[in-house]
Amino acid sequence: MKKILLSALYSASLCREFENKIYDLIHKKKISFPVYFSAGQEYVACSIGAILKYKNIKPMLFGQHRGHSIYFGFGGNIKKLALEFRGNEKGITYGMGGSLGIHSEKINMFGHDGFMGSNVCIGVGASFATKKPSIIFMGDAAFEEDYVLASISWIAKKKIPVLLVVEDNNFAITTSKKERRDWSVKNISKAFGIESYDVKDDPVHIHKILKNFNFQKPMLINVHTNRLFWHAGAGIDNPNIFDRLKIEKKKLGMNGEQTYNKAKKEIKLIFNKLYGS
Amino acid sequence: MDLKKKTLRETINTITNKHLKKFKTFVFGQNLLGVGQVDNTLPKNLREKDGIIDLPMADVAGGGIVTGAALATGSRPFYIIRYQGYNWFNMIFIINYACKSKAIWKIPCPIWIRGIASEGNIGPVAGSAHISQFYKMPGIKIFSPINSEEYLLTYKKFLTDDDVYYISEHRKTYSNIKTGKNIYYKKPQITLVLNSITRNLSKDILQYFKKHKKIEIGVINIFKLKPFILTKKEKEMLKNTQKKIIICDNDYADGLPSILASKINVISNCKIEIMGLPNKTAGHHTKKDVLPPNSSEIIKKIKKILL
Repeated sequence: MKKILLSALYSASLCREFENKIYDLIHKKKISFPVYFSAGQEYVACSIGAILKYKNIKPMLFGQHRGHSIYFGFGGNIKKLALEFRGNEKGITYGMGGSLGIHSEKINMFGHDGFMGSNVCIGVGASFATKKPSIIFMGDAAFEEDYVLASISWIAKKKIPVLLVVEDNNFAITTSKKERRDWSVKNISKAFGIESYDVKDDPVHIHKILKNFNFQKPMLINVHTNRLFWHAGAGIDNPNIFDRLKIEKKKLGMNGEQTYNKAKKEIKLIFNKLYGS
Repeated sequence: MDLKKKTLRETINTITNKHLKKFKTFVFGQNLLGVGQVDNTLPKNLREKDGIIDLPMADVAGGGIVTGAALATGSRPFYIIRYQGYNWFNMIFIINYACKSKAIWKIPCPIWIRGIASEGNIGPVAGSAHISQFYKMPGIKIFSPINSEEYLLTYKKFLTDDDVYYISEHRKTYSNIKTGKNIYYKKPQITLVLNSITRNLSKDILQYFKKHKKIEIGVINIFKLKPFILTKKEKEMLKNTQKKIIICDNDYADGLPSILASKINVISNCKIEIMGLPNKTAGHHTKKDVLPPNSSEIIKKIKKILL
């Protein structure tokens, strides 16, 4: 378990430090296109990535906005993503995909077009046609899209090997769940006949649910998490928000500190080369 | 395949059967396995295990599922949109993902989309051709073949290409075996540019004017819509048309025919008239329907110009 925790911390730390650099670049007006930060939510994808790495399962990945953490959680090439933010031809999507359109053959991650939840339909089609396992990440608001619900119904009916991961940060841009709906993701998913769980973004809790999951049938986990920054761009909703990464780093003591610093050093090196110190 | 004796329906049926077997792929769409198997264009004996996949849920989701299947397998699936009016739902993810995938991620996502247009008789949303709304978008190629030869030619082109192909089919052309050919004159008074179901009218129109020896009406049948390709001979005739070029189609006059008019206008200085669907909403009753121009209306238009 400790290996998984350290692996999750390392990829989450890479993601955080990477985003800290991007945050600064936005403030310095060196990046002007929309950026969707994973900060605060890293532990959802990074925990799952670490667990599946340990289980030696390499699924197809379908993310959307706030997908940096998926990329880091499943071992994406850091330099290529950094180049993407420069609009460089050698970037992970040749300067075309930006922050939300990350696509990587290396980690089986498919790019996103920008329509909230479209990745659910596309991921379902890909997994149905290939019979290969997939993970589809979405936000709690994306789950409310009609085409998402229709696709989830089909996953259940056809028993498509998909893990649905709802990164539930409570907000649809700025509208909270209580303003939007009176139902829960878990209950709706269960009603479709899918094994479904509500869970905190604590890697131990996520591991408990996924340790025996082998994509033999569909499953949904609604993971409660917090975003540190605005829906898009470099701004803070609430400075006192709970930060999972800080807690996990502390829990792992000296090992946690060392792991974080290693990630920080790696990111610093890449950015110094690309942008100067 | 002896195309000279095959109806368009039979040709689509044969191509679909062979395609499913060759690529071990899918035909997706709504209510494909119901009575009529989409107007007998689908092989009767095939079921889900053979790749005929009914998508009974939200139409928008259907387009996304097909895109995902095409993307992950590269197996060139077919997607049937039973009424082109449903393009509004079904084409969202096709246009915004499948058609852009090659440009953004260098991952081609070829899909053969069969959008079927009705010629009225089905109310305000499903009764005609609806292509113009996505004609402007990059990454899609659009054709409207109305006979076996054109259909097979387009399909063969698709197999050597990696773009999304939209095939605008027209229900009343499924029984076509022979269709009218282009009629060329050096300097015709009128040139008819016929698309979709209106191509089936050329015989009647030309027959009517046969008695008027001095009237020369050129006819250009189009089906390569995007990219819009005309032969040198066709361009020459359009350039030299004396009185008017008339574009006829089953899409709204402000839609595809207007787009094509702007393209033809670059070639020819001749005035262009459009005969598409009138700018009004169709009702369900025959008296309130919105229909493509028929041969009498086109003849009347020509007479008004020339006689």
